[in-house]
Order: sequence, then C-alpha cells, then structure tokens
Amino acid sequence: MSMTIKDLATEEQPAWCGGCGDFGILNTLKMALSELGEERHNILIVTGIGCGSKCNHFIHTYGFEGLHGRPLPVATGAKLANPKLKVIVVAGDGDTYGIGGNHFLHSMRRNLDITLIVENNQVYGLTKGQVSPTSKKGTPSPSTPSGVIEEAINPMALAIAAGATFVARAYSFDMPHFKQLIVDAAKHKGFSLIDVFQPCPTYNRVNTMMWYKDNLYNVDNNGHNPRDRDAAIRLASTGMVNGKLAYGRFYIEEGKYTYDEDVAKVVAVPPVEQDIGNIDIAPLMQRFAWK
Amino acid sequence: MIVDDFSWKIAGEAGDGILSAGLMFAKSCLIGGLYVHATAEYPSLIRGGHNHLDVRVSARPLYSHTKRLSLLVALNSESIKKHTRKLLPGGGIIYDSEETKINPEEVGRSDISLFPMPLLKMANACGGKIMRNVIAMGATLALVDYDCQLFNHILSKNFAKKGQPVIDNNIKAAKAGYDYIRQNFAHVKFPFRVQRQGDKNNIFLSGNEAICVGAVKAGCKFFSGYPMTPASSVMHTMASFEKTHGVVVKHTEDEIAGINMAIGAGFAGVRAMTATSGGGFALMTEGFGLAAQTETPLVVVEAQRPGPATGMATHSGQGDLRFMLHASTDEFPRIIIAPGDVQECYYLTIQAFNLAEKYQMPVIVLTDKFLGESFATAPAFSGNEIKVERGEMLKEVNEEDYRRYRVTKSGVSPRSIPGVKGGEHVASSYEHDEFGFEREEEHVRMAMHEKRFRKFANAAKEIAEPQLIGPENAEITIFCWGSTKGPALEAMRLLMQKGISANMLHVTFLSPLPAKKIAEVMRKAKLTIDIEGNKTAQFAGIVKQETGLEFNCKILKYDGRPFNPEDLATAIKDLATSDAHRIIILNGWQEAVKLKSEGELLLKAPELFSAVVEGD
Repeated sequence: MSMTIKDLATEEQPAWCGGCGDFGILNTLKMALSELGEERHNILIVTGIGCGSKCNHFIHTYGFEGLHGRPLPVATGAKLANPKLKVIVVAGDGDTYGIGGNHFLHSMRRNLDITLIVENNQVYGLTKGQVSPTSKKGTPSPSTPSGVIEEAINPMALAIAAGATFVARAYSFDMPHFKQLIVDAAKHKGFSLIDVFQPCPTYNRVNTMMWYKDNLYNVDNNGHNPRDRDAAIRLASTGMVNGKLAYGRFYIEEGKYTYDEDVAKVVAVPPVEQDIGNIDIAPLMQRFAWK
Repeated sequence: MIVDDFSWKIAGEAGDGILSAGLMFAKSCLIGGLYVHATAEYPSLIRGGHNHLDVRVSARPLYSHTKRLSLLVALNSESIKKHTRKLLPGGGIIYDSEETKINPEEVGRSDISLFPMPLLKMANACGGKIMRNVIAMGATLALVDYDCQLFNHILSKNFAKKGQPVIDNNIKAAKAGYDYIRQNFAHVKFPFRVQRQGDKNNIFLSGNEAICVGAVKAGCKFFSGYPMTPASSVMHTMASFEKTHGVVVKHTEDEIAGINMAIGAGFAGVRAMTATSGGGFALMTEGFGLAAQTETPLVVVEAQRPGPATGMATHSGQGDLRFMLHASTDEFPRIIIAPGDVQECYYLTIQAFNLAEKYQMPVIVLTDKFLGESFATAPAFSGNEIKVERGEMLKEVNEEDYRRYRVTKSGVSPRSIPGVKGGEHVASSYEHDEFGFEREEEHVRMAMHEKRFRKFANAAKEIAEPQLIGPENAEITIFCWGSTKGPALEAMRLLMQKGISANMLHVTFLSPLPAKKIAEVMRKAKLTIDIEGNKTAQFAGIVKQETGLEFNCKILKYDGRPFNPEDLATAIKDLATSDAHRIIILNGWQEAVKLKSEGELLLKAPELFSAVVEGD
C-alpha cells in the first residue's frame, strides 16, 4: 500500500525560519518515502538534536529523537533488533561530524544497512550560530570571533575511506535529484550517506540559496563514474568540479557484505521475532555443573 | 584433628596460569559434592605483578572467602613473604625448592609445614614452565587426600579443545606432583582434608556469569557494551550465548554507543542490556536519562571498582551507590538492584528485565568486582517460577489517536514498537505530550514528570521486602547491601561460635528503598551496625534520608578489597562490647584502623590485631 505525501503528515507543524533548508529536506524525504513502498509502521526515522532533527515529528512513521550526537547507535540497535525495519537517520553536521564523530566513523566501517542523511548547513543553528565542523576555515562566529582556525571536515572523503558503500551529496532545494538519491540510498544494501547542503538563512549569510545557485555542480551522469573508487576518491578529496561544489553520487559499491547480513549468519532469527516466553536454561546449567 | 574447611591460595605472577589452575581445582571439588568459593586478586597487567587466587572448600555451604589459609602454593618468593602470616596453625607452603631457599626459622612459623618441590624442573619434564600450576595442584590433592580422578575429569574437560596430548601431559603433571608429595612428605601430618561428598545438583559460576544466565532466561536478545574491568566478562559470557541463545552481542566503539544501542534495541521491542564499571557508566549517564525520558526499558549492569577516574581497575568497592541514585540530569526514577550472591545475580536479573518492561524505565543491576568476578557454588538455577512479564506491550493498535505516552493512573502507557501498525509515534528526548511531540508548557511538563514518578510508586509496591536473616532477638543487627552479604554471613557464623548472636538485614533493592521495613528492623534492634565498602557510609545516608534513623555503629572499608569474615567478626565484636557508638574502618586483610566518632585516629599494629583475633 503506497502512501501519499499527505498521508505522511502529522498534526505538528515545523517552526523553522523562512527559507530554511530543513523544509526542502523534510518535503523531499516525504516524497521519497511515499515512493519507496515501505509501509509506515516499518519505517523508523532516528534523529539527533538540532533544528532539522525535529523532522520526525512531522512524518507519520515511527520516530526516535535521541540525544545530540547519538542517533547512529540508537538506529544501529533498532536495526539489529529488527532487521526488517527501514531505518533512516537524519542528523545535523554538528550532530554527525562533531559530537557524534566516533559513531559516524564506526557505523560506516560496519556497513550496516541504514541510510544517514546529514543536514549540512555549516553552522550550529539551534544554539545560535556557532561554527560547525564543516564551517570554512576563517569563518567568524560567536565562539570563534577571530575566525575558526581548523580546516573544515571532509565528510565525503572520510566516508569513502571508512567503508561507507553509498556516498552522495545533495542540495536541499534540488528536490527531484535529492528525492531520487534518498530512494536509491534507502534501496542500497549497506551504509549510505547523503550529505545535504542546505542554507541556514538566519546564521549562515554566505552559503545562501542564491549562493548555491551559482556554486553547485551536479556530477551525476556528468563525467563522473561513482563505481570507480579512484575517481571517487579524487572527486571527494577536493569536492570541487570546475571551481564549483560537486553534488550527486560520489561513490557506490555494490555487493559488499552488510553488518546485519553477517549478524544473521550467527543469529538466524532476528531478536524481535524470537519467542522469549519460556527459555530453557538446562543446557547452561550443565555447562556450569562441570560434570 | 581433621579440618574440613580448606582454604587454598595459589600466588605468583600474571601469566603463571593461576586462575585456570585454581578454578580447575575448584571445579573438581564441585563435582565431588563440595561447596567452593573462589576469588582472585590481581593487578591491571597482562604479565608480571602479584596475582593470587583463593579457593575455599567445605562440605557445608560457603558464603565467602576467608582471610585464613590452609595451604599456600607460592610460585615465587614474593608470595611466601606476602602470605605466610595468613596461614592457620598446621597449614603449609608448597614452593619451588630450587628457586627459593628458605629455612623454617626464617619463615617465623614453627606451626606450619614446608613442602619444597622442584616445581620448575618437574614442569619442564611435562611440557614447560606453565605446568608448574598443575604439578602444584597434584601436590595439593595428595596433601588433602582428594580424589585424583575428579581432577583428571576436569583437566580433560578443560583442555578438550586442545586435544588428547595436552590432556595427557596435564594428567601426567598432576600425577607427578601427587607422587612427589606421597614419596617425600609421607611423614608430615597435614590436618586439612577435602573429602568427597554425595552428588549434588550444584553449579559453580561467577556473579557476572550468573547475571548473564539470568539475562538469557529473561529473554535478553541484545547486548551492547565496551570492555571495562570488572564488567568485561558479562560481555564475554553474553557473546558465548550468541549462537546457542540467539543473542546479538555488539562490542561498540564506546560506552556511549553501548547504552544508546541498547536503548535502540529496547525501543524496537527487544530485551536489551549493557554492562560496565563506574568509569564507563560515567559516559553512559546521558543515555541513562534518555531511557528514562523516552520510557524505554533498559537493564544496565554496573560492576563497581574503586575510583575516581581510572581508580583501581581490578579491585572492588561499593562507592558508586550515590552515583547510581543520582546519575544523569534532573530527577527521575530508576530501579537499582544490588544482588548479594550468585543466586541473587541470577534471579534478580530476571526480575530486572521484568521491571524494566513493566514500568518502562531503566534498571541498574549494581555489583562489584568481588561479586562479579568471584566464583561460588549454588544450587542449579531453574527460574521457571519467574514468568516473563512484558507489561503493557501492544501487538496491535486499533484506536484512532494512539498516544504512546498516555497519562494513566498507573503512570504506565501502553507501548507499541516499530512494526506494529497504527502505533507509529515519535519518542523524544525532549519533554513531550501524550503523543510524544515536544512540549514546553507547564501543565504538560508537570503531567509527564508526575507520570514518570507514579510508575515508580507502583513498582515499589511489588518489590519484596528484605527479610531478616538469623535469630529474631539478636544482640546485634547488621545492615548491608550488595556483595557484603557473603562475608557478613560468614562473620555471623564466627560470632555465633563465640556466643554472640547477630542477625542481618541485607537490602537488595536500593531504589525504591524498602524504608518502612528498614525502619521497623532498626527500631526493634538492640545495636545496629551498618557495613559497607565506602568511606562516607552512602547507604546509611540514604537510610537516614528515607527514615530519619541513624545506625548506632558503622564498619567501613575503602581499600579496594572486599570485607573478609574474620576482620568483620572482630570489628563487630569490638563494637558490641564497647559502650560508645563508633565507626570502625577496616583496612586490608590484616590491619585495622579505628576511628573514634570524634575523628581521633587510633592506629592498631597488625600484630596486635592478629592477636585480638587469635586470642578469642
């Protein structure tokens, strides 16, 4: 039974700033979900803390809005408990690349079959405009009045190196393209990352909707083969094509084992489906009786 | 005179195979129908340092180790220096005659026997230095006149995976040790005997293992955690159940992932557990609050060790009680259960899972290194009398406007899990309304805060009150919690032998605290003594907070070691026979430091303290 975008609405309304990229992400995600064909009760959207992490309040599926930086482990636990769930994580750039950096790295290494959508607006919005791990070097902010000293993190290169098998970048307001990316990522077997450029009209006055219009380059079917790992690494190392920010499919690797598949080799029946009514521990008693 | 309470210590360096040899001896006693307790003390090292394992064997049920020794196997000279003074009259030392040259006068004990053996030379003839432990085992069997076949059976089981030649070598080594004693020391009268008893349906396992068996019985199908002594063997044991019991075990990138994954699995409807020690729990505290706020069932095992920070990784203590009670932000109810022995580890863990799901709240199983890593004999567990109770868990949702966090009289809201049609909702770490949507209005906040606490009030009603152990009208009433139960029970036995009657209230539920029962017992008691493994008497503080009552006396210990029955009995007797209400601080296995209530320090020399023990 397919769901329409209207079916996916809840009675809650977002309170985001006008022109926020979160609107584009929310609506695109709903479009993709309605196209995916999964039933709502089998979809779990796990988020962290941030403006965009409230998105699962506005989508009528199962949702878990956890702690800042920790949506990936929650999603991992839920997916391993019930591998039949379609698990999508939506989190911010600070959430994922900053406070949750350790989980980001290890989740990709596992190649668990989940999708991570990172709302990358290069700024901390909810806490009022401090720099994020993806802020450009030199960006001034309340926490870095003389400009941030560190180089920005490169999530695309990190993801390929760490073992993610679907690494893409989207732009929140190129919705048809972004929608197809989500559908493909959700169908991809293995860990998929979509890093989404999005404007923060309140706190990021540089990377505005107008700015993105002139500074993006779509690499899909445009001279880049995402199945060529070397080409993917080259593209990811700068993230640029012709002086513009590349978006689209950076890297796709198919056929690699997923963590949940390997777990199923050891634990054949998914935990959630096992009957726990009356478990026999007699064999364990034998083990500890040493007779 | 034949003594059937045999306490044996094997001591040497890490890597000498002390634990494996000692546990094989213990298991061979178990299958001979005997009761065994084994506890090891070791530094946080892979090689070297001073390690020792105590195995105590008796025909009667045992509750803890003892500070007294019947036989010491010293695999190096240091072990002789450290432990000789603990030997009982008639006891003995097995040591390497070629590595250590000692004469009886030097040892300073004319009342013990020395059993020098060329351990290394004999070991090399049986496959290498590592065989010293098994040779010493064989020698032990000869001295206590125990059945070699039982030990050989355990050797065969233990080395089954390594193949017959390894088994044969070990049996040969044990026999060599056995024969050496028979041939060279037939003239020595060693008074301690380990006699085979009738067959029993008993098991021998550690507290950590018992917790895992309880978790399996309760239907725990997901474990995620990060290694931390002394909780690591919880993860190892759960991992050993992966194939046999369908448990998914995840060694995570850190403790934060450990608790958050368990919460994810719990949210998805699977009974989930994590385990750590204090430092790891420090990292888990935010996640602990997340479980409370999202009302996700969760069981956390916290095996205490001394802190702060890294503290003493391989040692024991009871200093985390306040931390567990108050961990994470704001105030929210949590259930804290502190089992006192391996049986309680098993049964209370099953109950922990039931409570976590029935009341949709986090539950802590609070142990320590002494309980978690010590091995003890218990009757084989059944647990069939404890039913799996999953609480209000929905298999289907028919109502139009399902409210995950419906405000109910009981505080418990019917829970749907992902996969259940019609039960879709968002679980949020923010304060939320009945649907789960973020809310900041005063009345919503109050309704939800009160709802969470109502669950706790109801949980408190179903928790069994602690029962007084021992004679009703005793002169002394002991109060303790967690692993102190074992040494305290043994101390009560020692006191009884001296004509002093004591009873004990061992409290397993620390939250909700059975305050009414505690107060009732305190009011009736002639002399109340609180015994706990921390400096600030945390339990006593909580009892005072909840009942307004104070214990007459306290015995505290925070040297990283568990209480031992002898020092405990001496201290209790001391308090019972003095007029003033005092605090005694026990220190180590030998020395005692006394603290007058005014704060004046009275240092007692070790010899003096031993004299007090022996003079009784």
